[in-house]
Amino acid sequence: MSSDKTLRHTAIYEQHVALGGRMIPFVGWEMPVQYKGIVEEHHAVRRQVGLFDVSHMGRLAVTGPDAASFLRSLVTYDIAGLAVGEGHYTVVCQEDGGILDDVYVFRLADERFLMVVNSANADKIRGWAQRHLAPSLRATMEDRQAETVMLALQGPEAIQEMGRVAPSVAEGVALRRCTEAPLAGVTAFFSRTGYTGEDGFEVIMPSAAGVDLWQHFMDIGIQPCGLGARDSLRLEVALALYGNDIDATTNPFEAGLGWVVSLDDGADFIGREALLRIHEAGVRRHLTCLKAQDRGVMRAHCPVLRAGRRVSELTSGGFSPTLGVSIGMAYLPPELAALGTELEVDVRGKPLPAQVVPRPFYRRPKA
Amino acid sequence: MSSPADRRYTKEHEWVRADGDIGTVGITDYAQDQLGDIVYVDLPSPGTQLKQFDKLGEIESVKAVSDLYSPVSGEVMEVNQEIMDRPELVNQTPYDEGWLVRVRLANPAELDNLLTAKQYDELIAQAQEP
Repeated sequence: MSSDKTLRHTAIYEQHVALGGRMIPFVGWEMPVQYKGIVEEHHAVRRQVGLFDVSHMGRLAVTGPDAASFLRSLVTYDIAGLAVGEGHYTVVCQEDGGILDDVYVFRLADERFLMVVNSANADKIRGWAQRHLAPSLRATMEDRQAETVMLALQGPEAIQEMGRVAPSVAEGVALRRCTEAPLAGVTAFFSRTGYTGEDGFEVIMPSAAGVDLWQHFMDIGIQPCGLGARDSLRLEVALALYGNDIDATTNPFEAGLGWVVSLDDGADFIGREALLRIHEAGVRRHLTCLKAQDRGVMRAHCPVLRAGRRVSELTSGGFSPTLGVSIGMAYLPPELAALGTELEVDVRGKPLPAQVVPRPFYRRPKA
Repeated sequence: MSSPADRRYTKEHEWVRADGDIGTVGITDYAQDQLGDIVYVDLPSPGTQLKQFDKLGEIESVKAVSDLYSPVSGEVMEVNQEIMDRPELVNQTPYDEGWLVRVRLANPAELDNLLTAKQYDELIAQAQEP
């Protein structure tokens, strides 16, 4: 077992180790990549339910009379238009439209928001926000990561399982909505969101109570899931991973995230001018889904070839347990991004045939 | 858990079991456990000449890809077709149904260059120490 003192541990760490979780370094944290096995954990989430410790994610509380306008100036989506209890996925861009982070913003009250950011970007975004907080704006931003845990209960049975713990929440909170409710003597945050393509809840609560909730779900036999399944699940539904599929050199339109950019609400935000120009000019490349046509596993950074010539490289790649074949994503020019286009992916010197397929690779069946 | 004593091992976690001049090659239980869910094994075609400790092929798990090394020199006689369709066999029975290739041994004396089961178990025990 690694005991690297420089790595941070979530409050659930002891439980991960006791469960036999295989701990790996991940953006400064020591996190479980798997317990029993990635494929089994993946299928548990697609078919029943699985539980993830996502306490490493950044959780920024934004409060104050100008919280809405402050946040609106930071993200591309019209989050000032969110009703209380609504949430929306969006991105933080720099002036040239490059993506600094992808985030989830929830409105908990008129003057109170929660922004969930990527673990690796939490400090960067907090610093960026502080620098761009106009002195006239009355808003504060605090990181709640250290004193809370964040769990993700995901899968077709997640709502039912959450219903046994917090019935009013499970019944009352619709997709992409959130609420605060008492649970085990504390106030917990619940959102009907996730990163797996399945229905489910994410819960944030004070650490001690959060550890108890994790243990409760373990005691009733719910499958714990690690970073490995988290990655294969999100790739099947073509959700972008920051640092792989999106970063400061990519803009939301080419990443297929035009739907999180509001250009018509009259509000200014960082990157708006650049994004307006990009939107009007049209993008030169699209984040595109590729499915292998033969055995072999495409991975991130494998070159993408057209007629033997390198045209791009995979931003993400891996094996899809649901489809039983390798899948990946790459930025491709419009003429190569058309559905059905035949390409090859260079897998360590061997060309593997791959075809452009619709995004996402997998969509959960309608309930 | 001790490794089967009827075969020899490499430090890279492959095994070979000799039966006359035919050697059956696979990966160890420790290797499959470290790799996690195996989804694809890329192996040489029959007729390929292997050299001891040279690259034999690649094994892909959901997590990562790893090189395989041949424990012996010789010609590939047979590739396990079962694991092409059911690569999970390598996880489930690495010492039995999950074998990879059969090789006609060019030089059976090479087996002496390999670890015994006891030596291999010591190697694993060291690797697992905190």
